[in-house]
Amino acid sequence: MRLLLPNPGLDDRIHSYEDLERMDKEEAEDRPKWDNKAQYILTCVGFCIGIGNVWRFPYLCQSHGGGAFLIPYLILLVLEGMPLLLMEFAIGQRLRKGSVGVWRAINPYLTGIGIASMLVSLLIGLYYNTLIAWIMWYLFNSFQDPLPWTQCPLNENRTGYVPECQQSSTVDYYFYRVTLNTSASITDSGGLHWPVVVCLLAAWTVIGICYIRGISTSGKAVYVTALLPYVVLAIFLIRGLTLKGAMTGVKFLFTPNVDELMNPTTWLDAGAQVFYAFSLAWGGLISFSSYNPVHNNCKQDAIILSAVTGFTSIYAATVTYTIIGFRATEKYEQCISENIRTLLNAFGVPENSITTSNYDEAFLHLNSSHPDTILGLDIKICDMHKLLSEGVEGTGLAFIVFTEAITKMPGSPAWAVLFFVMLLCLGLSTLFGNIEGVVVPLKDLGVFPKKWPQEALTGVTCVVAFIFTLLFAQHSGLYWLTLFDNFAGSVPLLSIGFFEMIAVVYIYGVDRFNEDIKFMIGHKPNIFWQASWRIISPLIILIILVFYLVTQTQQQLTYLVWDPDSEEFPTLASIPYPPWINAVIFLLAGIPSLAMPLYALCRLIFVSCKKKR
Amino acid sequence: MSRLCVGSSHAYKVRISIKTALGNQAYVWNDNEMYLFRAAMAFALRSYHNGQEFNVSNIMVCNETPRVSFWFVVSSPENSSVLLKKGDVENAIRKSRNRINGAFLLTDQTLEFIDIPPTLAAPVMPVTPPWLIVFGVVMGAVGAGIIFLLVSSLVQSKRKKNKKTLDEDREDMRGIENGLGCDNLGGVYNTTFSDGDKFTPM
Repeated sequence: MRLLLPNPGLDDRIHSYEDLERMDKEEAEDRPKWDNKAQYILTCVGFCIGIGNVWRFPYLCQSHGGGAFLIPYLILLVLEGMPLLLMEFAIGQRLRKGSVGVWRAINPYLTGIGIASMLVSLLIGLYYNTLIAWIMWYLFNSFQDPLPWTQCPLNENRTGYVPECQQSSTVDYYFYRVTLNTSASITDSGGLHWPVVVCLLAAWTVIGICYIRGISTSGKAVYVTALLPYVVLAIFLIRGLTLKGAMTGVKFLFTPNVDELMNPTTWLDAGAQVFYAFSLAWGGLISFSSYNPVHNNCKQDAIILSAVTGFTSIYAATVTYTIIGFRATEKYEQCISENIRTLLNAFGVPENSITTSNYDEAFLHLNSSHPDTILGLDIKICDMHKLLSEGVEGTGLAFIVFTEAITKMPGSPAWAVLFFVMLLCLGLSTLFGNIEGVVVPLKDLGVFPKKWPQEALTGVTCVVAFIFTLLFAQHSGLYWLTLFDNFAGSVPLLSIGFFEMIAVVYIYGVDRFNEDIKFMIGHKPNIFWQASWRIISPLIILIILVFYLVTQTQQQLTYLVWDPDSEEFPTLASIPYPPWINAVIFLLAGIPSLAMPLYALCRLIFVSCKKKR
Repeated sequence: MSRLCVGSSHAYKVRISIKTALGNQAYVWNDNEMYLFRAAMAFALRSYHNGQEFNVSNIMVCNETPRVSFWFVVSSPENSSVLLKKGDVENAIRKSRNRINGAFLLTDQTLEFIDIPPTLAAPVMPVTPPWLIVFGVVMGAVGAGIIFLLVSSLVQSKRKKNKKTLDEDREDMRGIENGLGCDNLGGVYNTTFSDGDKFTPM
């Protein structure tokens, strides 16, 4: 396909090959550089492997047919993720600028893509760091025995627990009441909750110090933040496999249900997950690649990174489900024991007459002989399947399911510390890429004065961001966070990714791009890359984007709230959003998505006004 | 005597779960254990109502099941056909709960008095919240690190500035030999090599 839009002046805006060779030999560039290749790879791995690998991918895997989900996931990893990854790596390495600089160099009208990337990185960074603040709160509180989320506070006359805790559970109460002090709706702001404010301060300070000199400090921090999660996952895997019920969980995760492959949402969710997992369109990867030497083999890097991401997702999912299986087994046995106790008490039979092994026959016998009594009792239905599927996604997995499972393991504080340190490292390494995708574009756009050192840039960004994240420190912060999670990180990223591909293939020119790669690594990419860049990957992203928009606009906007006064308590109640939320959603999702066309339009008007004069 | 117990509104139900509490070391519930129970109840009532001498005969038991659960009532020491009100019995049991549990090697959950909820132990809360300590350590380390990095970069940039001014001074000194500038040597300006704009052009 020889389709190429006219792009005058391109050669004046980018370095020529001679310039690149000269800069490489003399090391004359004033951009920061990686100390070694390992730092670069670890930074990219850390950026791609985030908390989502622990709490999003396992849930998707299990709910979309278990082992069968790996098929669409791996196919789309190769067809959608890898080409986009190589494209971002190569364009950054070739043009040697951050995300705004790269798109401005390709064509000044495309600067909007860079601005959109920066906005999305900023919005995601704000709520992501709030998650890290919560993780830090749990981490700080793990250094005690017994763990604070195993206890309920007592009521006034000390004969029972506080009703909110009694009806739900200690872990629920600790998360929703003690940690967050959640209000009952997003409109009910309720002021700031100071533990969260304090932890947000800690989180932004830690990020600040890790990134204080740009990649020269964060490049050293990634040795810990990128590698420690793997070590901790290994420890949890060994511990998890020795727990009772672990294999039930793993079997539940991987049992393939091939019918799910016929369901289009499976493929859509797989595609979306690949896209978000690779942190594409955030701008951070382009920035990181621009610090590489010119002849770095970016194709190899893209393949390695895809393989590592795929492997880590499966690895983390296995570990997660051993723990989930253990917890489900414990709760199931607890449920059966309670039912046995109820039966024993109601019928006055000796204690060991009904045990877990003969529970079913005993129940059937009693039900046939005394059906009325049985109806009057509160016999719960103990459903292993339901226990394995409940609360296994997102914050619910980390702060409720996992914390509960940890309390049942001997030596709980140690496991809690390990778990939250792992989540902290996963989150921090993603945030490095995030903050890179915010600070470097702001520098390129000239928002910061050129004289300011890197320390000042990082400091100002962290302070301003801390003030913005106080939004999430309110009592309604959880609902704001879910809103950001659903809208700031979905549609904008897909549209930016789509525009990126179109820009590189049809405006920069895929032939020129091939020549660049040949210059950098020595050979042209083969037919697979050509086909995916030109047709396959843009098409996949477009399909996902369209389907996503269609389903979102059809749904009624509701959200889940923790309301002790609702009837379904302790299940989260689903209530509709207030009407002003549409304006907020437009700000979150609409502005970044429309930044590119808006900027191009504004520039067109500006240039034609100048010409008329 | 059990007639007073059966169906009485002043009766309390007791449920005992020995096997749950003691597992392999469970003892068998028999009449001797029942006697101990009645004695323990009498003890509790005596400690609560100082002066009134309750006896084992004042504690009457009925409706025993293999679960090991039964009902009991307490009659007054003065008049054995008058039963004690529930409130009095409850307070007495509450006061001596630990002693009664101890006599049977059981706990509040395995020796249950239905309708007398046990007073729960307060949750363990250390004097200084541990999270504050960890937070302080982390913030202290991070703060020290930030200060160290800022100071070291300031020192580095000062050193660079000093080196730069040193280089500049060396450049300025190039035109001055022996401390004298070219202008001060007292020579005459040779006009032959000037541009000659004063003369009319050709």
